[in-house]
Amino acid sequence: MFEVNQGIIQVSYIIATILFILALGGLSNQETARRGNWYGIVGMAIALVATLVGDVTQNLELLIVALLIGGSVGIIAARRVQMTQMPELVAILHSLVGLAAVAVGFANFMDPERLSHYVGVELTIHDVETYLGILIGAVTFSGSVIAFGKLSGRMSGNPLLLPARHWLNLLLLLGAIWFGYQFVQQSVAGGGIAPLVIMTIIALLFGIHMVMAIGGADMPVVVSMLNSYSGWAASATGFMLGNDLLIVTGALVGSSGAILSYIMCRAMNRKFLNVIAGGFGTGGGAAAKSGGQEGEVIPIDAQEAAALLGNAKEVMIVPGYGMAVAQAQHVVHEITTVLRDKGVNVRFGIHPVAGRMPGHMNVLLAEAKVPYDIVFEMDEINDDFPDVDVSIIIGANDIVNPSAQEEPDSPIAGMPVLEVWKGKTTIVLKRSMATGYAGVQNPLFFKENTRMLFGDAKDSLDNVFKAL
Amino acid sequence: MKIGVPRETHPGERRVATTPDVAAELQKLGYDVMVEKDAGATASFSDEAYTEAGCSIAGSTADIWSDADIILKVRPPEGDQATGLKDSQTLISFLYPGQNPELLEQLTKSGGTALAMDSVPRISRAQKMDALSSMANIAGYRAVIEAAQHFGRFFTGQITAAGKVPPAKIMVIGAGVAGLAAIGAAKSMGAIVRAFDTRPEVKEQVESMDAEFLMLDFEDEDGSGEGGYAKVMSDEFIKAEMALFAEQAKDVDIIITTALIPGKPAPRLITAEMVESMKDGSVIVDLAAEQGGNCELTEPDAVVVRNGVSIIGYTDLPSRLAAQSSQLYATNLRHLLTDMTPEKDGNLALDLEDEVVRGATVCTGGETLWPPPPPKISAAAPVKAEPAPAPVVEEKKPSLAGPIMMAAIGGLALLGLGAVAPPSFMAHFTVFVLACFVGYMVIWNVTSALHTPLMSVTNAISSIIVIGALLQISSDVPLIKWIAVGTVLITSVNIFGGFAVTRRMLEMFRK
Repeated sequence: MFEVNQGIIQVSYIIATILFILALGGLSNQETARRGNWYGIVGMAIALVATLVGDVTQNLELLIVALLIGGSVGIIAARRVQMTQMPELVAILHSLVGLAAVAVGFANFMDPERLSHYVGVELTIHDVETYLGILIGAVTFSGSVIAFGKLSGRMSGNPLLLPARHWLNLLLLLGAIWFGYQFVQQSVAGGGIAPLVIMTIIALLFGIHMVMAIGGADMPVVVSMLNSYSGWAASATGFMLGNDLLIVTGALVGSSGAILSYIMCRAMNRKFLNVIAGGFGTGGGAAAKSGGQEGEVIPIDAQEAAALLGNAKEVMIVPGYGMAVAQAQHVVHEITTVLRDKGVNVRFGIHPVAGRMPGHMNVLLAEAKVPYDIVFEMDEINDDFPDVDVSIIIGANDIVNPSAQEEPDSPIAGMPVLEVWKGKTTIVLKRSMATGYAGVQNPLFFKENTRMLFGDAKDSLDNVFKAL
Repeated sequence: MKIGVPRETHPGERRVATTPDVAAELQKLGYDVMVEKDAGATASFSDEAYTEAGCSIAGSTADIWSDADIILKVRPPEGDQATGLKDSQTLISFLYPGQNPELLEQLTKSGGTALAMDSVPRISRAQKMDALSSMANIAGYRAVIEAAQHFGRFFTGQITAAGKVPPAKIMVIGAGVAGLAAIGAAKSMGAIVRAFDTRPEVKEQVESMDAEFLMLDFEDEDGSGEGGYAKVMSDEFIKAEMALFAEQAKDVDIIITTALIPGKPAPRLITAEMVESMKDGSVIVDLAAEQGGNCELTEPDAVVVRNGVSIIGYTDLPSRLAAQSSQLYATNLRHLLTDMTPEKDGNLALDLEDEVVRGATVCTGGETLWPPPPPKISAAAPVKAEPAPAPVVEEKKPSLAGPIMMAAIGGLALLGLGAVAPPSFMAHFTVFVLACFVGYMVIWNVTSALHTPLMSVTNAISSIIVIGALLQISSDVPLIKWIAVGTVLITSVNIFGGFAVTRRMLEMFRK
């Protein structure tokens, strides 16, 4: 098309890289976040235009058609998605990155110029890069599709635990390495498509199996892990293509996802490998032991709950996944507004793993127009509970379970929890007395200062709102 | 079954065992409620209010005692009332069977069932029926009101145009329910409040009410007895305690004493000399007057002035707040009846297996059931454990061997890679490693509230992989071309979708 100096393209890539870093840096607080997003958009546009102008020599019309179709689909999906469905959307978008990495990898492998371009060690390294890019891409793709299925309720959220699953994983891993070796050997001679395809299938199976084994409440870890993988896939593709922009961007995304996974694991006091290996409490029988705890719960009705709230000065609302399921965030906001108008200091306490993805609750509350300066994370407000008159727990269980601190042999022992029981009164909204994800009975429900408001969270809160 | 509520006959008693509100609740349990004429008059509940709540009005006390199946009272029955209890009848009231053995005998002989509200065990589950606590709460509050009545000054300190008014200083002895209520009331009126108790575990409760806890300089002797009550202390302790009181007496304006030990006369804590050392116009409210008084000079049911100090010995403080105490007492009774009416069909079930019912029941069917077996758990006092063998927490020091090994292997692998890899690869690799570190630094700054937008924006950014497809789309090989077109299609979903949804989310984060 045009003859553009490669140097100019490189400079554009550097600018794009800087803009991407600024985009991520902008998310450090809500004021700069919107600008950060624009940096990302501009960076992406610069990178695309530079490549378009510099490297695309034909088939531009096809490209534009594909871009338009894909772009419209993306924008429509972004407009239509419910905030409660964000985890699914993010998961399915991850799968697209994985799929793209696989496709780019295969297309690159099929390029006839490959053998003339690389020789010797360079060819080996190039092949390894291609192989890795496809491998990570395929795992990301199939894992994300399964995660999407689980998050959207199209598949059961329960962990599927195959017998000898750790051995199965090991076998798949060894298989991938073996076929990698085969692939590098055959590639020099111009072949290698067979091991590549077999490995892709193995990687797809591995992704499926890995996410199938992970249960609902561990999803925040999985989603952020897949986020990380999509970055590494891009990075590996960058190595394959010798493109620094892809390498840098992939590394940024990869470390971002890795840090998120780490934060999520720390918030559950679990080891990353432990989460990925799947299942909860499979290591010990302690779950059954503390499950027998009983006592008397004190149920109340919506009027009494409203009266408690009306007389309180300090109210803390602790939402969990149950709020997302019941779509109760809007009525929560209405209650918050009424209470704040009465001069009640209403705050929200968010546990890092509340919900199905990192920051899930924050997004839901933001959607319901709850001002973000009254939404706090656990570490910020955990010391304030002794001054709180009424805490409302909406569809959360394990994240407010005192046994994490009080029972050393509990399966969730050591997990940081919101210390709601230190407040004067706690109202727990719950559908039934069922245990949470960890299968641990929650002694909070039997505390003297806890009141249970049974029923669907949204209906209960609607009634509380009316009573206010 | 029919519940009957007679008018209290004890002179000066203003309380009544049910209120119109509670009577309505009792009817929901399936009972009929009959109230004696004017039973609630002294507590400001009119007969009309009871009638409106669905109660029938009985003309005389005798009607109640003959017609009702369940008799609810505040004070123990007096005169020959107790002998009139029929064997089909149940009496629920304060009975103090320990102090009134004759009454207990009369009740047992009558063959009826009697439950003493003062014998409800102090366990967590029974807190809602703990009438002693309800009454103590009111007594503590009222004690402050009585003190204010006889105290010639403000409680709160003020700076006025006419000069400065110092705040009143109040010492509360015994931080049980009554003591804590007194602390709360005095605090909210603006006084400086100090409190003393032999049980160290109440220190936190006292301090939570913003009062000062007076500590004895004494090796720790725990005054917690069974059921959260206090016990008798050692001689040395009492000596140290008395010295503290003597010193405080010179300083404070008001002393409220609530010290009681179950089954014993009230301990003498304030001597005549201490009273003498107090400032003129000071006030002592002795909540233990009925059990002999914590102050040497207390006279039960009277206010006496000694050396310019008013000493209040009222024993009917709850009754002096009749509407409030009737309401709380009636609610306590209702909770007990709710527990004893599991079917809500208006039939009382006396389940002696139930720890609460067993504790409260003093006699049934001609058999004395008092004293009950000791309660199993104490609500207020934690079991004083032997100084728990300091949990040998062997902090497993993270073994350094693992990380060092990993670092060594990683380093060797890198060196090996460097040895064979061509320079072009190493250049990319350098960029990769640096980018990982930049990412690490940047991402830790992201606020946790924005983790979801972070994921969606990184998602959009990672679609930079589209560049790979752009490089391939111009290929002459049709398969590569079409794969590239497909890749552009799906990545553009991601690019546009990712940025758009991030923007949408961020728009929602508003102050």
